[in-house]
Amino acid sequence: MEAVQDSRRIRSAPWQETAFEWLTRGFAFLVFCILAAILVSLVIGGQATLAKYGFSFIWSSEWNPVTQEFGALVPIFGTLVTSAVALLIGVPVSFGIALFLTEISPAWLKRPLGTAIELLAAIPSIIYGMWGLFVFAPIFQAHVQPALVRSLGGLPGIGALFEGPPIGIGMLTAGLILSIMVIPFITAVMRDVFELVPPMLKESAYGLGATTWEVVWHVVLPYTKVGVIGGIMLGLGRALGETMAVTFVIGNAHQLAASLMAPGNSIASALANEFTEAVGEVYFSALIELGLILFLITTLVLALSKVLLLSLAGREGRRT
Amino acid sequence: MRLQHWIVAGLMLAAGSAAGAADITGAGATFPYPIYAKWADAYKKATGVGLNYQSIGSGGGIKQITAKTVAFGASDAPLKGEDLEKNGLLQFPAIMGGVVPVYNVKGLKPGELKLSGALLGDIFLGKVKTWNDAAIARLNPGVSLPNQAISVVHRSDGSGTTFLYSNYLSKANAEWKSSVGEGTAVKWPTGVGGKGNEGVANYVARIDGSIGYVEYAFAKQNKLAFAQMMNKDGKLVAPSDDSFKAAAAGADWSSAAGMGVILTDQAGARSWPITGASFILLHKVQDKPEIAREVLRFFDWAFQSGAKMADDLDYVPMPDKVVQQIRAAWKAQIRDATGKPIY
Repeated sequence: MEAVQDSRRIRSAPWQETAFEWLTRGFAFLVFCILAAILVSLVIGGQATLAKYGFSFIWSSEWNPVTQEFGALVPIFGTLVTSAVALLIGVPVSFGIALFLTEISPAWLKRPLGTAIELLAAIPSIIYGMWGLFVFAPIFQAHVQPALVRSLGGLPGIGALFEGPPIGIGMLTAGLILSIMVIPFITAVMRDVFELVPPMLKESAYGLGATTWEVVWHVVLPYTKVGVIGGIMLGLGRALGETMAVTFVIGNAHQLAASLMAPGNSIASALANEFTEAVGEVYFSALIELGLILFLITTLVLALSKVLLLSLAGREGRRT
Repeated sequence: MRLQHWIVAGLMLAAGSAAGAADITGAGATFPYPIYAKWADAYKKATGVGLNYQSIGSGGGIKQITAKTVAFGASDAPLKGEDLEKNGLLQFPAIMGGVVPVYNVKGLKPGELKLSGALLGDIFLGKVKTWNDAAIARLNPGVSLPNQAISVVHRSDGSGTTFLYSNYLSKANAEWKSSVGEGTAVKWPTGVGGKGNEGVANYVARIDGSIGYVEYAFAKQNKLAFAQMMNKDGKLVAPSDDSFKAAAAGADWSSAAGMGVILTDQAGARSWPITGASFILLHKVQDKPEIAREVLRFFDWAFQSGAKMADDLDYVPMPDKVVQQIRAAWKAQIRDATGKPIY
């Protein structure tokens, strides 16, 4: 009896196996199909501006719906600057939180703190936007911006970043809100990879008399750098594409300004703002091409991080 | 463009299946959305026929009616005669409203600020930079104006409100006309952009020393401080239903194709200078006459019994004389496939 059943099972296995294999393969290739479909439709949709401007679309700062002249420089600049500000603040803070959680925090605090960070990640972005506009911006305008202008505005070089009337909204505010939004993502990844470090390695270092900082810098970070960079890239990805929160606080002005206090525009918020009333083929196509550019920037960021990881791995090989 | 039609068609399929079969579908302008929604609600109660109006923006409305995915389109800016002709569309105004400059300046009471179109243009061009500028002081004798920077607030999204506003500035300020022009979205020389009327209102309330523009209904309901304007006759007027009606009264509706009259900067001692109508677009030749008949019945009803509701929401209903003109246009121009009039 048993032998019969067994042979049946073996006989029946192949087609199920094959079907399952093809099913999973299908799902996997669906990813490529969707990616390709999005890319193709963005290129087709952006055809009118691609044909009209070519590459000059990228570095033209003109955005005039009346004369139907469009260029992507201002939104590209805004997207990159706000994301850079977000990472500049978000990465060190996330690193500190992850470090505290894994190395320093007393055991009873780990759970509630970890949960709080995960909750922060679960808040919808529009809430961040509303909070940013109604709560953060007024406080920022009244107390922080005047201080920044007074203290940093006069300095040569970086002074140019902190000039202009404090209006509470602008690129800096958008960057700050974004930094709060990316912190939970980066922290969660960092904490998870920090916890993966074999205790033996850390304890060996402690045993040799290393301080917490030395352990983190020389043992934990080298061991986890792939995960850490992955976490930062995840955060950057979110910052680049964030729409609603940025739209609320960035000021939505197509102006190129050196000052971080000035209102600007990001690709995502330009799309959110202008799609409904984009009258005319060129206007509509310019917005689609902005989407294409955002797509490419994100891909580029991802590719760069892969290259970075590969080169890190390569160096590792030489050292040992 | 084709891609967009697909998206639009998909959306409409989704929307169409959600609403009942007898419902009228329309899409377009956001400016008249509150009153269309209110009319639709009352109409449904009165007749059982629902109206599914999607305020996706004038641009979307024009695209959808051209693609025939909706029974009627709506646009804040009137279409040009040749565009109407090309797509076989009939256009008529359905409702009017006003746009008002709103401000937030410490020490300036609501309604105290007086502005002219030329000055407003200079402010939005960034040429008049402070509140105590001589040009503002000249129009506001006896008012103490602070030495404070002016923060300009405009719409970040395309909008019929912006169309009326920039159209008026183009008429009142030559430099605005040559360097910025008019449109549902324009290249703003200065300032920050808020999304929607509520976005602009919020920024104006938030930023000390700011000036922006919103629909009158919105300014009134949110108790924003609005300015008096000097109109074409050189008289100072405050925004109100009466001053909007005064602007509409002097208009010659048959002067433009498809009754596409823009009511900004109208003559008349009591005319509010930034007034405008919102328009409905219908195909002249109807493949589905029964749906077209429902659309016409709806607006017929709205013109007849919707005036009070419009007043309540601070819109201005179309005057009777104009409604007669509209009905005549329906009779003469809207036909089914065999050429029989529908209305």
